[in-house]
Amino acid sequence: MRFGVVVFPGSNCDHDAWYAVSQNLGQSAEFIWHDSPNLNNVDAVILPGGFSYGDYLRCGAIAKFSKVMGAVRKFADEGGMVLGICNGFQILVESGMLPGALLRNRDLRFVCRDVTLRIETTNSPFTSAATKGQMIRVPVAHGEGCYFADDRTLDELEGEDRVIVRYVDNPNGSLRDIAGICSAKRNVMGLMPHPERASDALLGSTEGRVILQSMLQSLVIK
Amino acid sequence: MSQLPQEEIEKVRSILGREPNETELGIFTVMWSEHCSYKSSRIHLKKLPTKSDRVLVGPGENAGIIDIGADKDGHRYAIAFKIESHNHPSFIEPFQGAATGVGGILRDIFTMGARPIAVMDAIRFGPMDDPQHGDRNRRIVTGVVEGIAHYGNCFGVPTVGGETVFESCYNGNPLVNVFALGIFRHDEIFLGQATGVGNPVIYVGAKTGRDGIHGASMASAEFTEESKQKRPNVQVGDPFMEKLLLEACIEAMHTGAIVGIQDMGAAGLTCSTCEMGSRAGTGIEIDLAQVPQRETGMTPYEIMLSESQERMLLVAAKGREEEVFAVFRKWGLDAVTVGTVTDTAKLIVRNHGELVADIPNRELADEAPLYDRPHGVAAYRPAPMETPKFASKDLNADLLTLVASADLCSKRWIWQQYDYTVRTNTLAGPGGDAAVIRIKETGTSVAMSLDGNGRYCVLSPREGARLMVAECCRNLSVVGAEPVAATNNLNFGNPERPEIMAQLVEAIEGLGEACAFFDTPITGGNVSLYNETLGDAIWPTPVLGVVGLLATAPPVTIAFKNEDRTILLIGGRGSSPDSINETRFGGTKYGKYVIKSLWGLPPALDMDYEKRVQKATREIVRAGLAESAHDIGDGGLAVALAECCAGGIGAQVTLETTLRPELALFHEGPSRVVISTSDVAAIEKIARENSIECARLGSTLGVGAAARLQVSGNGTVWIDRPVSQLREVWESALENLLAPDKVSPVHG
Repeated sequence: MRFGVVVFPGSNCDHDAWYAVSQNLGQSAEFIWHDSPNLNNVDAVILPGGFSYGDYLRCGAIAKFSKVMGAVRKFADEGGMVLGICNGFQILVESGMLPGALLRNRDLRFVCRDVTLRIETTNSPFTSAATKGQMIRVPVAHGEGCYFADDRTLDELEGEDRVIVRYVDNPNGSLRDIAGICSAKRNVMGLMPHPERASDALLGSTEGRVILQSMLQSLVIK
Repeated sequence: MSQLPQEEIEKVRSILGREPNETELGIFTVMWSEHCSYKSSRIHLKKLPTKSDRVLVGPGENAGIIDIGADKDGHRYAIAFKIESHNHPSFIEPFQGAATGVGGILRDIFTMGARPIAVMDAIRFGPMDDPQHGDRNRRIVTGVVEGIAHYGNCFGVPTVGGETVFESCYNGNPLVNVFALGIFRHDEIFLGQATGVGNPVIYVGAKTGRDGIHGASMASAEFTEESKQKRPNVQVGDPFMEKLLLEACIEAMHTGAIVGIQDMGAAGLTCSTCEMGSRAGTGIEIDLAQVPQRETGMTPYEIMLSESQERMLLVAAKGREEEVFAVFRKWGLDAVTVGTVTDTAKLIVRNHGELVADIPNRELADEAPLYDRPHGVAAYRPAPMETPKFASKDLNADLLTLVASADLCSKRWIWQQYDYTVRTNTLAGPGGDAAVIRIKETGTSVAMSLDGNGRYCVLSPREGARLMVAECCRNLSVVGAEPVAATNNLNFGNPERPEIMAQLVEAIEGLGEACAFFDTPITGGNVSLYNETLGDAIWPTPVLGVVGLLATAPPVTIAFKNEDRTILLIGGRGSSPDSINETRFGGTKYGKYVIKSLWGLPPALDMDYEKRVQKATREIVRAGLAESAHDIGDGGLAVALAECCAGGIGAQVTLETTLRPELALFHEGPSRVVISTSDVAAIEKIARENSIECARLGSTLGVGAAARLQVSGNGTVWIDRPVSQLREVWESALENLLAPDKVSPVHG
């Protein structure tokens, strides 16, 4: 399967996502430059972490205007799988492809550490290879990862089973411990933690791999 | 504005054969500043070893480069690394001072063609609970840490380790020393040389503004009351711009159209032009009208001396400019031809065609006056030789005092603000003895350790410097890495005072001796002098970064992993009265935090024995015999054991010793490593083969709530505390010290 990793100016986890997909998962992965009008017919898209366009104004606020995001939106509308990690999640939220907002962390400080996530549903192409309630140990590294939405939206997310992963030890003050959510059509997911950084046994954990593997499995079935 | 001394102005006149104009005088003033010219230290720096089979580029370039071996296709790889200080700016404006310190050293690495893959920081502050300066010190700590995090995190380089130390001598003069390391292939190395007469000189990156003018000169003067008004001299950093500059530079280098490149750091455009010309023996002619400017009405003087960040100067092959421009256009960056390489060996600066400076490159860049400053007096030493009377009232309380102290407590609050896992190479991150970064391309890993000890060095600069080298190399050996090269940052006071100059000379000589002995040549570094505020000098504080190599494998870490393992002390207890005695106890953390005094001498180091301990440790770790391994450093054996227990597994240790308990538990004698293992016989064999001691201390015991650290000496219980208490105190201390108001006062 071919994964496309979008590179915005200021992306800095693009190579990590590429490495996890190509070296740890053994799939084909290619970079897609931010001013590309198309996605080169990839099977799935990853919006990687980093500081797109310096995160000026607000995290992800400028990236949503980039040319490639038009193609990403179209791809998602047609049912294509899009995974936004960290800054990628912020971009999806700013683009309106996912609801809510990501605010500054509760402690007002950048936080980098391993957190434990609970997989809340396997009813998504990003967790279909996992088991419900499965705990995975994955790093976070962000300054603005506090998930916020109004109560109605939060209720809706929960009612529609769209909260995909929750923090067991909430590092940033996210409402209802939300670490990752998916779109109504379930083919777009954003999460703050970095599954691509927990995909290589040498780095101490391969527990993040289940998300990438689920995507792969979903693509094969499709 | 800083002024050149009269005799140096005379030298300028004789070089030019005439009176310098204002711009020329400004150019000479920054290039001949202590910061840029090393005029007080250079003759002594020549005493340092700089060569080995691995060293590809030594001192004098933007960073040192060493060979690290080949990938499976035979491509040879190298690492570039260097440490640099940003002390003065970080005092005036902690956030931007520290941030641009990171930015500056990163440019030094990627200007050579290497992609930065790790950063470490050695940071020193006044005490957070200082009665007079505590508020300010805490603000500086917070600002510096946020500045480092801001720049490194956004740039996308992991900050993987370092050290944080608090002493009163840094009250008015914090130290921020930043180390960076990058990776590339041998055929990707670029040098800062303006070769090829007729080649275009191209300016790339951020526009030039009025920020940072005379930063280099400011960094070469003592602090006075007026220094705080120098905030405009501190540069402002933009890590996003730097990230674009990195990607664009590396991509442009790969076109093959670039012949030389240098970043604009201290002394900005002045330094990059004359140094690139001087190294190549060529001249450079530029017109300032072409320089992208952020502000209007800038004078030639301001443009030449600006230290605006995120700028590079490069020389391209004539006729291939467009290839370079295309890359920078792609990344949205300015790239403009500002001049050409000439055969005149001169720096010629014009502004709209009008000549504003005409200076010989070599004389400007390399012939700054060198001083052999007087140092024939005893090094300044504000401590007696005599040991004060002391007797512990409660050894448990002493241990808790130490693990809760600012120097020895967990620095998690700091390093969790740094992204240490980006780039997915971090095998061992902050909090260990050494950081380990795997090199994806070669199957090898690079280990690195930063260390300094002003407390030891103020007692004896020579012995302190040697101990620092030993400590760094031991830290690497504990993770199984072979130390191969080093970079140094020499932080000292005013070299015009002989008793300070004596500290500098002795420290350099001690450093040189030990680096030669441990086969770790110095490939570059930085000298920061005039670290004084209102006449008070900092303690002599050399800081060393050593890099080592090892095969990529899961790392060995500090914490005990399992119960019922034997705890061994590689190197032995160090009970010889010649080396472990009260005089040699005077620089310890126990002396500092419990006795609250400084006296005597630093711990005694037997370099030959140390080397054997390190070799044995590497053999043990590489053979997979150690489940955990931890170097004994500040705080001695008891603190090291507490740190080993912090993972939640307890220990029962018995010491047979002739030493009094304070010394047995807390002396900081070097050449010792704590290991837990299930294969005692194999380790003892390695110890015997290396002719070193290997003492059985006890065993790991208890997990979770049942875990205790128990140390008995000569049949008496000396230490007995729950691991949970030690860990709680150790982990929360820094945050409590930073927010003293949040700690609820204890009422009876």
